[in-house]
This record gives sequence, structure tokens and C-alpha cells, in this order.
Amino acid sequence: MPSTYTSSGHEELDILEERRQSGDLSHALRTFSPQPYKEKPPCSASDLSKRTLESQYLQYVFKEIATESSLSMEEVKEDARLLLEEMSQNLQLGFIRLMGYTLSKVFKRLYTNIYVNMEGLNMLQQAIQESPVILMPTHRSYIDFLIISYVLFTYDIPVPVIAAGLPLAGMKLVGEILRRSGAFFIRRSIGSDKLYWAVLSEYVKTIVRTGFAPLEFFVEGLRSRTLKSVPPKLGMMHMVLEPYFKGEVFDITLVPISISYDRVLEESLLAHELLGIPKPKETTKGLFKATKVLQEDYGCMHVNFGQPLSVRELCQGKINRSQYNLTPRDLPKVLSPDVQACVIWLAHLIVRIQEEGSYISPWSLMACVLLQCPTSTLTERGMVWSELKDRTLWLKKLALRFGAHLRWPEQVSDQNVLLSMVALHHSIVAHKGDRVCLVREEVPIRKHRLSAEEEVNRTAVAMLMLASYRNQSLHIFLRPAMLATVIQVTKSTQRDELFTFFCFLKEILSNEFIFVPGKSTQDFEEACFLMKDCGAILFSPEEVTVTEAGQEVVSFLCAFIQPFIRSYQVMLDFLTEHEIKNISEKELHLAVRSFVIKLILSGELQTYEALSSDIQKNILSALRTLGVLTKFRGSKDNEYQVDKAAVKRINDILYGKLPPQLLHRTPYAKL
Amino acid sequence: MAANSSSDRQRAAQQRLQIIAGHLQRPTNYQPDITAAECKAQEGNPNVSNEERTVPRRRQDIMKWNGWGYSDSRFLFNKKGQAEFTGKRYRLSGMIIPGLKDWMEGTFGASLQHKAPATPILNSTAVQPATINEAFVEEVKATTIPFSVEAEDRVFRAHGHCLHEIFALREGKIGRVPDMVVWPSCHSDVVKIVELASKHNVCLIPYGGGTSVSSALECPPEETRSIVSLDTSQMNRILWIDEKNLTAHVEAGIVGQDLERLLNESGYCTGHEPDSMEFSSLGGWVATRASGMKKNIYGNIEDLVVHVKMVTPRGVIEKSCQGPRMSTGPDVHHFIMGSEGTLGVVTEVTLKIRPMPEYQKYGSVVFPNFEQGVACLREVAKQRCAPASIRLMDNEQFKFGHALKPQVSSIFTSFLDGLKKFYITKFKGFDPNRLCVATLLFEGDHEKVLQHEKQVYDIAAKFGGLAAGEDNGQRGYMLTFVIAYLRDLGMEYYVIGESFETSVPWDRVLDICRNVKARIIRECKDKGVQFPPLSTCRVTQTYDAGACVYFYFAFNYRGLSDPIHVSEQVEHAAREEILANGGSLSHHHGVGKLRKEWMRETVSDVGLGMLKSVKDYVDPNNIFGNRNLL
Repeated sequence: MPSTYTSSGHEELDILEERRQSGDLSHALRTFSPQPYKEKPPCSASDLSKRTLESQYLQYVFKEIATESSLSMEEVKEDARLLLEEMSQNLQLGFIRLMGYTLSKVFKRLYTNIYVNMEGLNMLQQAIQESPVILMPTHRSYIDFLIISYVLFTYDIPVPVIAAGLPLAGMKLVGEILRRSGAFFIRRSIGSDKLYWAVLSEYVKTIVRTGFAPLEFFVEGLRSRTLKSVPPKLGMMHMVLEPYFKGEVFDITLVPISISYDRVLEESLLAHELLGIPKPKETTKGLFKATKVLQEDYGCMHVNFGQPLSVRELCQGKINRSQYNLTPRDLPKVLSPDVQACVIWLAHLIVRIQEEGSYISPWSLMACVLLQCPTSTLTERGMVWSELKDRTLWLKKLALRFGAHLRWPEQVSDQNVLLSMVALHHSIVAHKGDRVCLVREEVPIRKHRLSAEEEVNRTAVAMLMLASYRNQSLHIFLRPAMLATVIQVTKSTQRDELFTFFCFLKEILSNEFIFVPGKSTQDFEEACFLMKDCGAILFSPEEVTVTEAGQEVVSFLCAFIQPFIRSYQVMLDFLTEHEIKNISEKELHLAVRSFVIKLILSGELQTYEALSSDIQKNILSALRTLGVLTKFRGSKDNEYQVDKAAVKRINDILYGKLPPQLLHRTPYAKL
Repeated sequence: MAANSSSDRQRAAQQRLQIIAGHLQRPTNYQPDITAAECKAQEGNPNVSNEERTVPRRRQDIMKWNGWGYSDSRFLFNKKGQAEFTGKRYRLSGMIIPGLKDWMEGTFGASLQHKAPATPILNSTAVQPATINEAFVEEVKATTIPFSVEAEDRVFRAHGHCLHEIFALREGKIGRVPDMVVWPSCHSDVVKIVELASKHNVCLIPYGGGTSVSSALECPPEETRSIVSLDTSQMNRILWIDEKNLTAHVEAGIVGQDLERLLNESGYCTGHEPDSMEFSSLGGWVATRASGMKKNIYGNIEDLVVHVKMVTPRGVIEKSCQGPRMSTGPDVHHFIMGSEGTLGVVTEVTLKIRPMPEYQKYGSVVFPNFEQGVACLREVAKQRCAPASIRLMDNEQFKFGHALKPQVSSIFTSFLDGLKKFYITKFKGFDPNRLCVATLLFEGDHEKVLQHEKQVYDIAAKFGGLAAGEDNGQRGYMLTFVIAYLRDLGMEYYVIGESFETSVPWDRVLDICRNVKARIIRECKDKGVQFPPLSTCRVTQTYDAGACVYFYFAFNYRGLSDPIHVSEQVEHAAREEILANGGSLSHHHGVGKLRKEWMRETVSDVGLGMLKSVKDYVDPNNIFGNRNLL
């Protein structure tokens, strides 16, 4: 539904507005009496831990572990108690108030507005009384972490308990404050630690079963480094759904939440990380250092609470709940295929809904346009302002046609809108005369001359930041862009052929972008429909042809997705040309980097995104699911084995040298 | 109001006229009871008197043709707008029930202004003419077994007591009905009828008390043969009582209340008391695997039956001795029990009997919430100390029961009630919208009952239960006996309802109660029901490994074009929910035609095949063609 935030019928309230007019202290100390879940009377945080530890399921697991190891039941139980202690939240209203007070101050400084859709909030309020609610926000920034609690506190809705990464708990003081604001902490790599899995899953399930509080978790698992959606993590998703599958609750409500930012707090940090500069450890000191970041303007933020989804309705016909009838439900059991498929499907569906619900800013469209300008022009002379403006306005129309939620201020002239965007993003672009050029990091004074490689990195940081903002509107253009690419590469008009290539592309890119499993036909049809709707193509049951007027759209879309395709080709080239038999993951990435830098320096490659460790990781995972690449756990590091012929074949198809083949995909690994 | 009471009077007058007419012109088909006398002679001298029969051949003389129970007993709102129960048969008869009106209005949004009256009398022209198999009728005549082809007799035996069946009758809609009714008086009469039916390819449908709630008595509309309803009500004698082995041999048509009354005269009882026991018959219990309220002491029907005789198209099946337990292959009694009239007619049953209990005592316990209540019942079952009956009603049903409290005459009682309420809700802090009540019935020696009572109350106390008096307990049991009368009242005011049951492992009890009740509410909402429905349950039986749960749902159907369809969809969805939550297809109502679609998944392909092959052997021509179960 094409709509701007002001003209749409939905009521979007700026929650900062009131904060600017009345005192933060009285907000923090307001009467907080939310309507809780009707089914169960409230229980305390310590009750929750006690119930978890005494659950029948954990007794089974303790016994299993005690039998397998040399530990006694008591010892296993004690281990579990310690794990639970490390994990558990300790939600207290006093700390919510403290958090409310602090966040009011911080948010007012950082953001001009925080828009929240009231309709979604009202639906949520209703849903919370009916069944256990799972809040599932997107994860693009650390800010995501507490904004939901802040909004819910403001609107008298029960505040959630939140699944957080364990490193946060390690931060002095802050960890404890978070814990008391409802955060519970999960280790980053659990691997095959059976006891940990069991304790965590029972803890999560107990929260859902008792309706203790809404449960908030990031289905993408990690904060996205690239501002595009991350393939969902399935373990937590399954834990949350299981109480419904087993009939322990009547229904569960999933609420996808899309949090969109004009400008992301961590933008440059993320770009550095993608280039291989590791993320600093989360420390309290680091946080204070970051206060420098707090002096800047980050524009506005948009929290869009999606339509609450009934798990019961979603799973209708997908799950046979009576499969649990013949064994005790508490018995640890291998997941059945229908449960696995359903969890995978639901997790992807939620991410897609998050994408659909997110708002994009004019800046994202500008980033799309800027990225299609040669990098050398951008870094040196810059792009002509009028061209940038015209292209962006053209793209605005296309985006609206494709159904984007675009946040485009209406009372302001287009010229001023775009100018304000450039001003907001002064860390990436600068307006010089009638041109806009890329801002690169300042050269440290003590260095007189940078090596060629360092120059590349300097440009790459800015380019990756730009690419991240482009990624905010990725979901709008992705499917038509894939179709455009397919048309361009195959040069075919036959619908069958196009569809086959489309599916091939989807397989290759399945770790890069989010596709709901088993929906290839719908994805293809959606692409065809959108392209037809904007007059770019004509299609019949057999044929798809590009119209005269559609050339512009097709070439824009091809260029839009080109950086990804090109990066994949480069990576595949690398894998065919190099021997990587005994190589650690880290060494591999370094090798790819220097390969890419060489290509960039030689002028053969323009695509700086090929340097992104994210893309490299994604293609390796894609090749693994296709069975072309195997990863071993070596003595000290991972080792790879590559089927070079197969890699070459894939690359040839991607270049259009070979007709596409159906790829054989290994089924999803166990949850 | 005035118009209503005048139509009531009219109806009563018409009914009276019919009865008189019936006495005056006995249909030519009716024969004097010579054959019955012959039967008695054949069996020798029965040592038990058998003068009073509750069920006459013309049931419609004493029972409603389009509702539950006796014609003289029904709920109505009197001129003052107060609910009242008519007649003299029940404890509640003649009493004013002041709370019922408010409860009905509050729970369903029903109003006394909006009535949905039933068709007062059966319009015989609406009944399909009988398909008569002349040759069969001739031969039946020759046997002198009484029979009838009258519309009233046939319509009465064309239904059980499912909502859709009664609703259709109230609207005067009559579907396929039996073409003829026969009243055998003894086992040998049945043998003759079954032989003739086989010979002339006539479809037989056994009819006992007519209390089925599984569409088991509905005539299959696709049946083209003549359908004969075999009414066992006249086979109602206790043939002998064996005091050495404590067994009684009884004809299968006897209804529960007669069986119990007659045995009591000799100082015995069976203790088998299904909620329908006023009208349901021994043969029906056997054919549906019935369960009685006091099964904790006496057992369910399969525990009570020592010997069964059943007449099938292949001949008579029975065991050769009365050994209390046998290892002789699969128990053939289990082909009979639960066969739901698809294999033959149960004619005689030998049952265990017990000396009448010395002492009976009701009781009740209030729990702060349903979870605590279930935990208590589970503990009672674990310790195997369940009283004769223990039932746990949820909060909605507790309120329902409360609304049925008759008017109290003394100020003192109402003061005491007030005090009790104050103590529980204010002093003990029970939330009136969460608390629930368990009703208890103890039986046995005076001393043991008191001991037992203490044990149970002690357990209850551990789960926060407070003893809440005998009166509450007794009223809880009354609810189950009058619920069907209440449904008739509801239907007068646009409220329809149904009940169904299941059995489920202990760990699933809470989940199934919550989920099924929630499913009912959600389905009603989705189907356009304007007011929130009544959706309530109780745990009615406890076993070692699980419990029986009984659900009621009812709703105001104003504004719905096809309320019965909606109700059926809701019940269907509720059953799906039960099965998904690990509940059984039925604990004691049976399958009939209503729940047939789930039989395959319930007993597996092979299981269904086994049942089918038994049917194919016993009744290859589908003489017992009610098409239940399979």
C-alpha cells in the first residue's frame, strides 16, 4: 500500500512530542497498571526460575545427562541452577521507571521524532490480555533493545522480558540494570551443550506457558550489520512455539515489529566490522566513550507494531498436534518434520512481515541512486545534484508503485527534503557546489601518505555505509530486480526459462535475502506483477517481454542488484582459481580480501561490496547448503573442501554461459 | 404472557384429549398382552415383583414428544417473571428459582420478551407415510407381538436427544422415521423378530430408553428398506436375583430407575447411575459402554456385566458360564459392549449387585481456582481414595449451579448463605470469578463414610480447598439431572446448547479444559454468534491414569439464520480440539453417527477393519442397519 506517513489513514504519534512538553520525572513515576494476560495470576521472577528448575522436562534431561556423564543428579541440577542464575531476568518496576527516565533524556537528544502507530499498539494491548504475546522486533541498532519496553511502559502495556546476548550481562552495572529491566541473557554460541539448551528452552517455555510477561526476542538473532534482514534463527523460534504445539496454551500471538531509522547510531562501526575490523567488546567504559556519538542528530525513528498474528491460525493444517498424544509431553524428543518445516516457515514469514512493515526514508532512495554512479566520480567530483534529485524523485514514484512505506515529509519541498537528508548524513556525503560527493574518513595527521590498499579501505567504509542505507529499501525492489537480472542474463522471453533461472538465483542468494521457503512461484509472480504494474513488462502465460518504456526500470533494477551478483561472481572466481584445502575461516577471508583489492586496484572491479565479510559468509553458507562446499572442524580451525567443477558450473550459469539447472539443496539442519 | 399461558392450556387440553382418544380407540394392531404372559410362563416364576412399569408402550402419554423427560415436569417463567419447575416428581418440583432469570439474561443476553415457542403438537401429515413390508407385517401379526404404524409412535423413536434432533421436532420438522414399531416382551420374541427381519430383509433399529446423544437413533436417510424400531421397553423384568453370588439376571429393556427401585425392594442395588438413569435402559448401557456416576465404588458397565445374551442375525451369542473372569481369547462381551445396535439386540444381562449402602452423604469443597481443584482430584486419584463420586465444576458451572438455588423460606438460611459467601470471598480472599467447587458423594458404612470424608477433606485442604457444605454438593448433582429440562427452557428463549465429553490423561486435564473452552468461544465468535457463549466444563470421573471431562456450551442464537448448523460446527471444532489435545473420542456417550468420521483415526485402520469384519460375519445383510460406529 503506497502511503506516506502523513497522508495514510493510520494514526502515527510522535511519542517524543509529549516528552518535550511535560516532565520526564513525572513520566517515569506515572501510575503503571497494565491489563495483564487474563489466564494466570502473576508469578514472581524467582517463582519462574523455580518452576523451570523443577519441571518434569528438566528432570528427564538431568537424568539423561547424569547417565551419560559421571556426574550425579545433584551435580547436574546444581549446574543447571547456576546456568539459570546467569540467564534469568529480574524484572522490577522500579528499574523500568529508571530506564524510562534515562531513555526519555537520551531519545530526546538523539532523535527529532519517534513515531509509533497507535493502531498497532491498541491491537497489541488487546492481544496481551488474550494469549501469551511474543514481540518480534527487527534488530538494526542497540537502540532496538529498550525502545519497545519504553513505548509499552508509556502506554500502560505490560513490559516484556527480553532475550539478550550474554556479553551485555558482563557490562558492569549496565548488565544488572538490563536484567532488572527484564533482560535475560543467552550465550552466543551454545553449540551442543545439552544442559544449556535444555535450561534455556524450559525457561523460555515457562515464560510463554505462564504468560509471565510478553516475551521479546530478535528472530534474526544478531543485529544486522548491513541493515538488511538476516536469515532467522530457529532455535528460539521453536522454543516459543512449542507450548502451542503441545497444547499447553490455547494460542500464542506473534507481533512482528519493524523499527526503522533515518540514521543508525552504529553506522560507521558496522562498516568497519564488515571490513574485518572486529567489534569492540561490550563494556561499560565503551558505552561511556560512545556518549560522543550521542551529540549527533539521528533524525527520526519509526516503530511500527504489526498486526498480531495468531499462531493457531497460522499453523492450521500445518501441524498435527496429536503427534504428542502417545508419549509424555515433557519427554525430550527429536522434532518431527512437520514441526521443523513449520518453524522454518513461520520464522521466515515473520522476517518478511517485518520487512513489509518497515518505513524507508528518502535517504535510502538517494543511496540507491548514488550507488549506481561510478565510485570514482563519487569520490572525486561528485554526482550532479540535479541528476541525483531527478533520479531520486523518479525512484520515489517507482518505490510507491511497488508498495513501499515511504516516509516523505509533505509540507516541505522535494528540494528541501533531499537537502535535509544530505545534512543528516553528513558523515557519508557532502554537498559541494552543485554536486554531492562521498565523504571519506579523515586521514590521520601523522600519516602523510596512505598505501593503495588503505585508500581502497577508506572508500570502502563510505561505500558500505551507503550500501547499508540502500539495503533499507532492498525488500521493495528485490524480486523485480531479480526478474530484471534474469531477463538480462538469459535474454529470453520464455516464462519457463525465466522462472528456472529465477529459482536458481533464489537458491544462490538464499542466505543473502529472505525468501519464505516453498514460495518460489509466488515470488516470481509477485515480481512479474509489480513489473507489469509499473508498465515495464508485458506478460502472458508463456511469455514475458520488456516494453520500450520499461527499459529504464529494467536497467535501474539490474544495476540495483548488480553489486550482489558481481560480488558472488568474484567470490566464485576466487574459489575456482584458488586452493583452499587447509585454510582457516579467518585466513580465507583475508585471502578473498586481498584478491578483491587487487581486482579493484586494477580497475577490473568497481564493486566495493565484494569486500564485505557478510557477503563472503553468505555465499559460503549458500555453497554449503548446495553441497558444493564442505566445512570440517579441523584440529584448530575450520577447513574446507570445495567441489571446483560444481562451483565453476554455478559461476558459468551466473554469467549466463550455461543454462540454469535445478540445484539440489540439502534440507535444513536440525533446529 | 397471557397468550402464552392460554396456548399452554390449549396444548395441555389437546394432549389430554389425545390420551383419552387413545384409551377409547385402541388401534387394531394392538393385541392384548397374551404373548407377554406366555413369556413369563416360559421363564418360570420370577421371584421379583414387577407391577409398576415406568415406560408404557405409548411413551408420549407421559413423556414429551419434543423435549426432555416427563410432560408434567418443566421449567417456565411464571407471571411474575420468576423461574419455576412444575410437577411433583423432583426435589425441585414446585419451587421458585429466583436467580435463574438474571443468570439467563446475564449469561446469554436472553430476554423474556423474545420467545421462540415450539410447535405444540405433532402434525401427522408432516410424517412420511410408512414403507411397509407386507410379508413381514403379516408374519409379525401371526406371532401376536404388539406393533404399531402410528405416526406418533414412529416419530417418538426416530430421535435421541441431540440438540439438532430436539430443535427439529420443536420446529415441527420430521425426517426419515421408522416405518413400524414392535414391542417384544421377552428374549424369544426378539429371536422371532430378528428371524423375520432377516427373512424379509427388513432393517431393525433397537430402541431402549431413547436417551442417545450421538445421533445413534436417527434413521439413515438413504435406507430404502422398511425400518422397524425394536422397542425393548416391555422387556423390563428382573428374572432372578442370586444372593449367593450377588448377581441379578435382568431383561435388557428395564430403565435405570426401575432396576434400582426394584432391587432396592430386595435390599440391593447395582450402583450404576448414569445421569440419564431415569430413562436409559440396561441394554442401552451395554450397547454404548455406559458409565455411572458412582463408578468409583461399583464400576462402569463393563465391570458390572457378568453375562450377556444378544440376538443377532447369525443367532444368539452368550457365554456358557458365569465365571467372574476368563482367559478364553478376546472377551466376546467386548464385541457386544459398545456395538451400538449394529450387531444385534441385547435381551438379557446378568449384573453384579451390592447390598444397599447403609449411609450416604453429600459434600462439597470450594477451591480458589480450577488448577488447584484439578491438582486435588489428581491427588485423590493417586491415593485411590475417591468417594463414590467426585466432580469438579469450573467457575462458570459453579455460577450456573448457584443460579439454580431454590428460594429459601427462612431468613436464617439466607443469612447463613451470606455469611458463608463473605467468609470465602472476603476472609479467605477467593476471587468469585475464579473459585470453583468440587461436589462429593460418600457411600457405605456410617463410620467408614465419616472416616473417608475426613481423608478427602484433608487432601483438599492441602490444595487450598474449604469444605462448603452438603447442600452445595447435592445441588451440584441435581444440575446434571435437570440440565436437559433446562435446555428446553433455553430453547423457548433463543438459547441452544449441547453437552459432550471425553477422557484424557491427568497431565492433559487442565490444558484440554482451557483449550476446548477457548475454542468454543472463538468458534462462536467466528461464526457470528452475537453474545459470548456459555462455555463450561467439569471433571466428572477420576481414574488411575486420567479423568473424564464433561463440557457444556450454549449460546443465544438471535440473529443467526441457521443456528443448528453453527452449533454443529462449534461442536465439531471442539471435538477436533479435544482429539488434538490427547482426549478420547468419547468416554461414555458413544460414537453413533455423530462422531463416526473420527473412528478410523481413533482405532487405526486395522482396528476399524477388525470391527468391520465382525459386523460382516454377524450381520452380512446389514439387518441392524442403523449405521452407527462404522
